[in-house]
Amino acid sequence: MAAVQETVDRVRQIDVDQYRYGFETLIESEKAPKGLSEDTVRFISAKKNEPAWMLEWRLEAYRRWLTMTEPTWARVNYPKIDYQDLYYYSAPKPKKQLSSIDEIDPEILKTYEKLGIPLREVAMLEGVQPPPGGEPSASRKIAVDAVFDSVSVATTFQKELKQAGVIFMPISEAIREHPELVKKYLGTVVPTSDNYFATLNSAVFSDGSFVYVPPGVRCPMELSTYFRINERNTGQFERTLIIADKGAYVSYLEGCTAPQRDENQLHAAVVELVTLDDAEIKYSTVQNWYPGNSEGKGGIYNFVTKRGDCRGVNSKISWTQVETGSAITWKYPSCILRGDNSRGEFYSIAISNGHQQVDSGTKMIHLGKNTTSRIISKGIAAGVSQNTYRGLVTAHRKATGARNFTACDSLLIGDKCGAHTVPYVEAKNSSALFEHEATTSKISEDVLFYCVQRGLSQEEAVGLVVNGFVKDVLQQLPMEFAVEAQKLISISLEGSVG
Amino acid sequence: MSLLEVKNLQVRVEDREILHGLSLTVNEGEVHAIMGPNGSGKSTLSHVIAGKPGYEVTGGEILFKGEDLLAMAPDERAAKGVFLAFQYPVEIPGVATMTFLRTALNAQRKSRGEGEFSTPDFLKKVREVAKRLNIPQDMLKRGVNVGFSGGEKKRNEVLQMALFEPSLCILDEMDSGLDIDALRVAADGVNALRSPGRAMVVITHYQRLLNYIVPDFVHVMSKGKVVKSGGKELALELEASGYAQFEDAA
Repeated sequence: MAAVQETVDRVRQIDVDQYRYGFETLIESEKAPKGLSEDTVRFISAKKNEPAWMLEWRLEAYRRWLTMTEPTWARVNYPKIDYQDLYYYSAPKPKKQLSSIDEIDPEILKTYEKLGIPLREVAMLEGVQPPPGGEPSASRKIAVDAVFDSVSVATTFQKELKQAGVIFMPISEAIREHPELVKKYLGTVVPTSDNYFATLNSAVFSDGSFVYVPPGVRCPMELSTYFRINERNTGQFERTLIIADKGAYVSYLEGCTAPQRDENQLHAAVVELVTLDDAEIKYSTVQNWYPGNSEGKGGIYNFVTKRGDCRGVNSKISWTQVETGSAITWKYPSCILRGDNSRGEFYSIAISNGHQQVDSGTKMIHLGKNTTSRIISKGIAAGVSQNTYRGLVTAHRKATGARNFTACDSLLIGDKCGAHTVPYVEAKNSSALFEHEATTSKISEDVLFYCVQRGLSQEEAVGLVVNGFVKDVLQQLPMEFAVEAQKLISISLEGSVG
Repeated sequence: MSLLEVKNLQVRVEDREILHGLSLTVNEGEVHAIMGPNGSGKSTLSHVIAGKPGYEVTGGEILFKGEDLLAMAPDERAAKGVFLAFQYPVEIPGVATMTFLRTALNAQRKSRGEGEFSTPDFLKKVREVAKRLNIPQDMLKRGVNVGFSGGEKKRNEVLQMALFEPSLCILDEMDSGLDIDALRVAADGVNALRSPGRAMVVITHYQRLLNYIVPDFVHVMSKGKVVKSGGKELALELEASGYAQFEDAA
C-alpha cells in the first residue's frame, strides 16, 4: 500500500528523478560503530537482547562468511562493495518506553503516513481517515509491521491476531518470546552456508517479520511488513520467517522504499517460508527501493535470498513480485516441492529503467511425487537497463509426475535496453512434463500511434500497453496492491519513451 | 472559417519528397473523397494530418478550426476533433476494448476540460452504438482488435468514431480487405454519423465505396498534389478512364 500520488508531474525534465519516496527523515538514531567484525555481531545481538544460542548462531555465520568469496556470476555489474564502510545497525533513538503506537516518534509516524502505510488500526477499521495524499483505505483490515532501518517500530492488530492464535511479530521479539519455534525453523530453508549474502545476513540480520499460523487456522487478515531504509551508509539485513502449520493459510505482503542518496546501499535480506501438510502461504512483494538517479548514481543493491519449503503433502507456496526499484536486483524466490502433490508458483513483473540492472527469476525444485509448478515472468526493460530472467526447473529422479509450466515474456521499450533469458531445465525423471514458452517483443510504434491518435498521451499509451502485458501477474496480487502496483508501474516507466 | 485548410503542404519521408504543395479545403458538413493511384501520397496526407511521427513537413501549413494543427501533438489533435480510421488497425493484446475506449474517451474529455464520463453513462452509450453496428458485447471484452476479422476491425473503427464524435473523420481506405456485406455495414455506420457539424475525408482507390458513402467533392491526387477536383461524377469518370490521364497532368 505505497503512497498514492494525486497528481503526477507530466513535465519531463532532463535531470529530474521521479522517485517520490526519496525524502529523508531527520531523526536521531543510534548506530553500531562502522565496519564489520565480531564485535559488530555482538553489538547487534546485545541490542536485541538475544539469548546465547542466537549469538552463537550469528558468530558461526560470521566466521563462515570470512572464508567465503563474493559471487560474480550474475549478469550485473557493480563496483566492489567495501564491507567495512557500512553501518550494520541503525535504530531510531527511542524517546521513551513505547507502550502504544501513539508514543512512537512522530517523525517516524509521519514517514509512514507519507508512504501511505496505515499504522493506526482505528483509521484502517473505519476506513475514514486516509493518509495525506492517499485514497480511503478499503474496509479490509491489514496488520502492519513497520520496520525502520534495523528495527520494527510498530506492529498493528496484534491482539486480534493473538485471538486467532496467529503469531505476527518482529523476529527480534519472536527470538525472545517463542525461541522453540524460531530454533526449530530458522535456517532450515536457507542454511547459513547457502550463499555469501545469506551468510552475511545470518550474522548481522537486525529485524524482519516472524509469522506462525497454527494448524487449521486461516489467518483472519492479510499481514504486511513495510521496510524503510532511512539512515545513510547502512546496510539493511532483514530476516523473515513464516510458518504455516497443517491446514493453515496466510497471505503476506512486503513493501520496500528508501530515500534518494548518492551512494549505493546494500539490502541483503533472507526470507524463509515453510508449509506443512495442506497449508498455503501467499507471499507478495511490491519493491520500490530507490533505483539510482538518471545517471545511474546511487540506488539500492537488492541481493535477496527467498525460499519456500513445501514440506507437507498438498502444500502450496506462491510468490508474487512487482519489482520496480533498486539499482540492482538479484533474487530468485524459489520453492522446494518436497511434499507429494505440493505446488509452487512464481508470478513476477520486473521493471528496469534508466541504468537499472535486474537478474531475477526463480527455482522450482521438484522432489516429491506429482508436484506442480507455474512460472509467469514479465520483464520490462527501458532506458539503458538490462533485464535478465534466470530460472531453474528441476525434477529429482524420484519425482514422478512432476509438472511445470513456464512463460517468460520480455518487453523492450526503446532500443538501448536489453532483455535476456537464461532458463535451466533438468528433468531427471522420465515422467516429468515441463513446458517452457518465451517471447520478446518491443512496444510497437504503430500501437503507440494508434493510442495517441485516440487521445491518449504518449505516456498513457505506454502505460496501457504495459498493463496489458502484465495483466496476468497483476491479477495475482491482493486487490488493493494490484491498483498500487499498476500506478507504480506507470510511474517507473515515465520518461522511457520519446 | 473552414474546418480544415491544407495550404501548399510539402512533406518529406526519409529522403523522398512525397507531397509537393498539396492544397485542400474542407468545410463542416462536407464529405470529400480523395482518390489516386498507389504512391500518390494519399496515406501520407492522412498521416500528416493525424500527426504520425516520421513525416517531415518541409513547407506549407495546416489549419484546423483556424489553429495551427502541425504545432499540436497527436493526442491534442484528437481532443480537438481529428479522427483517423486506420487502414490497418493494430491489435493491442491484454487491453480490453472497453477499457481502451473508456480511457481514450476520458482522456479526450479531460483535455477539453469536460468531466469524465460516468461508467453507467459510458456503458449505455457504447452498447447503443455497438448494437447499431452489429458488434456483439463479448467482442468488446476482448483485447483491442485481437482476433478480429478485417470487417470487424473496420467496424471497430466506426464504433470509435461514433463514440468520440470527432469533427473531422479521415477514413483511410476503409474498403481495403472488406467484402461487399462488411463494406455495407461499415458504410451505413459512417453515413449515420454525417452531420452539419462534421466533415469526412474518404480516401480510396475505388469508386465502389463512393456508391455507399456518396461524396460532395472528389479530388484526384497524383504524385503528391491534387490535380483535379470536382463533384461526385468525377469519380465515375475516373472509373471509366483510369488514373493515367492525371498522371501525365501532374
